[in-house]
Amino acid sequence: MLQEESDLSLIIAQIVQKLKGSNLYAQLERQAWASLQRPEIKLESLKEDIKEFFKITGWEKKLQNAVYSELSVFPLPSHPAAPPEHLKEPFLYMRKALGSWEKRILKSLNSMCTELSIPLARKRPVAEQKELLNKWNEMGTDEPDLSLFRPVYAPKDFLEVLINLRNPNYENGDPLSFRTHLGLIQVPLKVKDIPELKEYFVELGLNTGQLGIDDSTQVPPELFENEHVRIGQKVLAEQDSAAAQQYIRQGSPTALRAELWALILNISGQPEDILYYEQLKTNVIQYDLLVDRLTYKDVKLTASNDDYYFVFEDYLYQVLLCFSRDTSVLGHFAYNCASPPKSYIRGKIGLEEYAVFYPPNGVIPFHGFSMYVAPLCFLYHEPYKLYQIFREMYVRFFFRLHSISSHPSGIVSLCLLFESLLQTYLPQLFYHLREIGAQPLRISFKWMARAFSGYLATDQLLLLWDRILGYNSLEILAVLAAAVFAFRAVNLMEVTSLAAAEAVLADISTLKVMPLLQIFLFATVT
Amino acid sequence: MRRSLQGGPGPADPAERRARRSSNQSGEPGALRRLGDGTHRLALRGGRWDGAVGNQVMLRPKNQNFKGHGVSKGKEREQRASIRFKTTLMNTLMDVLRHRPGWVEVKDEGEWDFYWCDVSWLRENFDHTYMDERVRISHFRNHYELTRKNYMVKNLKRFRKQLEREAGKPEAAKCDFFPKTFELPCEYHLFVEEFRKNPGITWIMKPVARSQGKGIFLFRRLKDIMDWRKGTVGKKLASLELQPARSTINLCSSHEPRNSEEQKDEIPVENYVAQRYIENPYLIGGRKFDLRVYVLVMSYIPLRAWLYRDGFARFSNTRFTLNSIDDQYVHLTNVAVQKTSPDYHPKKGCKWMLQRFRQYLASKHGPEAVEELFADMDNIFIRSLQSVQKVIISDKHCFELYGYDILIDQDLKPWLLEVNASPSLTASSQEDYALKTCLLEDTLHVVDMEGRLTGREKRVGGFDLMWNDGPVSREEGAPDPVGNFVTNTHLGCVNDREAQLRQLFHSLQVQKKSSG
Repeated sequence: MLQEESDLSLIIAQIVQKLKGSNLYAQLERQAWASLQRPEIKLESLKEDIKEFFKITGWEKKLQNAVYSELSVFPLPSHPAAPPEHLKEPFLYMRKALGSWEKRILKSLNSMCTELSIPLARKRPVAEQKELLNKWNEMGTDEPDLSLFRPVYAPKDFLEVLINLRNPNYENGDPLSFRTHLGLIQVPLKVKDIPELKEYFVELGLNTGQLGIDDSTQVPPELFENEHVRIGQKVLAEQDSAAAQQYIRQGSPTALRAELWALILNISGQPEDILYYEQLKTNVIQYDLLVDRLTYKDVKLTASNDDYYFVFEDYLYQVLLCFSRDTSVLGHFAYNCASPPKSYIRGKIGLEEYAVFYPPNGVIPFHGFSMYVAPLCFLYHEPYKLYQIFREMYVRFFFRLHSISSHPSGIVSLCLLFESLLQTYLPQLFYHLREIGAQPLRISFKWMARAFSGYLATDQLLLLWDRILGYNSLEILAVLAAAVFAFRAVNLMEVTSLAAAEAVLADISTLKVMPLLQIFLFATVT
Repeated sequence: MRRSLQGGPGPADPAERRARRSSNQSGEPGALRRLGDGTHRLALRGGRWDGAVGNQVMLRPKNQNFKGHGVSKGKEREQRASIRFKTTLMNTLMDVLRHRPGWVEVKDEGEWDFYWCDVSWLRENFDHTYMDERVRISHFRNHYELTRKNYMVKNLKRFRKQLEREAGKPEAAKCDFFPKTFELPCEYHLFVEEFRKNPGITWIMKPVARSQGKGIFLFRRLKDIMDWRKGTVGKKLASLELQPARSTINLCSSHEPRNSEEQKDEIPVENYVAQRYIENPYLIGGRKFDLRVYVLVMSYIPLRAWLYRDGFARFSNTRFTLNSIDDQYVHLTNVAVQKTSPDYHPKKGCKWMLQRFRQYLASKHGPEAVEELFADMDNIFIRSLQSVQKVIISDKHCFELYGYDILIDQDLKPWLLEVNASPSLTASSQEDYALKTCLLEDTLHVVDMEGRLTGREKRVGGFDLMWNDGPVSREEGAPDPVGNFVTNTHLGCVNDREAQLRQLFHSLQVQKKSSG
């Protein structure tokens, strides 16, 4: 009991500390000062009156939302005496693996730099700056020669690293038993089984109304939908992040989604946000980074070739180039055990005082990175807003899909969850695929690593991401991946090679996400 | 140079055939271009006085030059269950026809029951062809009343006037869905007057009888148009065209194996329309687009029209700005022009299916605004068909699948750009192939050579009956007198055609069994 209380006060202290430096804090302070002029604020009951004033004027809601937003990325509870790196990632072997993976990426980036003799960064000449500014809205029309550039890594390479993860303290020499994990991921982490998932995703149950289940019928919108839209409008009117998050678990109506997501992510589009975006843009115009070429290449290889997202090519460049310059992204390394790559000013290699993070946001783009942004283009049309939403989505969720950690939403846990769901609930299928050399994870990994972006139809993808936001968890990705295998199980039982299995699952763009999830979670015999 | 009367099967050279297959289907391959010369034109215009004359001409089998179709000797006819089809188009259409159970292909001079012809064949042969009752052909005799840009505008203007007389101004205002348009050279003076009234706006000049963006240019100064006039008089029209588009005419104008040199000689004077250019198009991702929607007309008197659920938005590859008025690629969304664009990349899609477009709009503007936009589009289809209802020679042998090109502006108002009688049936991607084969299959279901339908269907596959001598209600039974009328249109909605067809044909079979 005492322990819990002190935990709580610790969390409060940390959040207060964090918010003190924020813009919101300054605004609240200003509002409080200004309120002193008002007749209803009395000196004798100053504290209570100001509280009341905040409540009436909606500032309390804003504070609540900010606290809620902080909590969503707050590290899992741990011993107060644990050193900071333990808070990010308790397992040493994970930290070690991550370290050597980061070294590999850096090496690859450096060697590309040397091979092509292109500097990591350079200031653009004025003429070039002007040119870039002129075509800011049509960067996609540029066709630079990128044949020499290659993505630093692709999800496939990352999967190999995860497969080789081992816990040195864990001896898996036991003879085969029903407990033996037959999948590719061989680290002992606790993942949920179906009864636990049922409890966790209780709002997805068969008896709860869901958007994304019946809305493709021709009948006029059902009672549930009308009611759901009405409640959604109410939630938006209240401007309450927590309510919005609960609400969205049943899916978001198309017309309200953009606002609901912004509310959940606590993004309000203040004038200073526009200013901040403009600063990033100026930075892009002034400096040319090597990673820009990687971003370019990635967009060309992925989003521009996508039937859904090709239209948004220009937005993607704008967002991703600004993202790479955004040092506020570094903040997420407070709870991400990855460490941002460093580079040194020429001739000062190894001298910490000359070290800078490279790229400035600390994130090296990889093959498929732009697909995290692409679906958001469907919802947000002003670049600065699109940018903010993406950044928040990244620092809350997407970073977990390409860093090694034991977090339940981390990619390692997702892989393990996927494999254990298949092995436990579809043992025949799992065994069959394993025997023919088509380990299911080899097929599903790319889906999960991209949060299914580019694999599902956009409307279905947005319904899926509704649930990611609603549950503040990426575990739904692993459940869906398993559900897809379950859905195509009959065909998969007939294949005899990895290529054939891949062919069966090559196109999942026709699948309906919510029925699949429901059937897998709530109609599977456990 | 002239093709055989029966519309030869096309180039024998396999390379050429390939080229044709890979290029887009042309709207009117050189057909109406020849209308420039007076005699042809008179002959053609002669056919539009009234339906009776046209029918008489067609049903006169005495003349030996007349070739009969669908005729076969009594006994043979009884036995033959198969449907003989003919087409000159080598694309998705051929795939669909060949895969249709019970249908057999007829080549060259063979007799046919179903002919998906191109419009040039129609022009040369229709009046000399006798057709049996069951025979069906894929165009109306004078479809150009709707599909030639200048006639369409003329008909719409007339229809608008008529509505204003009969039903008042508000009703007439419902026809204001086409930009201000003048026919050149004959309305040149009216145009100049209008031009001077609105200085600074942009105009677009389009040849009336060509499709796929050929010969189009934009202008803002009257001087440009002066040059253009001189150009036409001096037969130097070609030099005014933008070169990239020019070079593709050859490739794109499908059926006829000729080269552009010969083509040029055949254009003495070309009619153009000058149209007010819509300067505030709706943009997605900074790009301009237009919508392609398919409407199937089975009869004009009474008007029976079906609307297909699927369609697509075609995106311009470059970004929209009015500053680069010379850059043709920005403004035209025709796929044929797109393909000549320097940064065209065949791997990149340029299309969104209508469902996706509808969803995008709904997430941005809410479902009500989208409903309104699509209702406005329904209005365009109906009014435009009504405007030519009395002019088009109604003939029970004919049906026609139109491709409507619609532009949306920033106020979410739809504008009718043009109507194509031969919408491209060549697929540009897998998704596109699926759309077009389904579209054609459903067209054949509605045409119903097999005689399976009762004629009371309101939906067949992806087609919804939109107009049946009056608006069609979505609900069963007579329309609610209170005015809760919901039209039977589902453009851009889910197209669960397979399930619908299965159910439809199943219930038709049950009905047949119980009645027989």
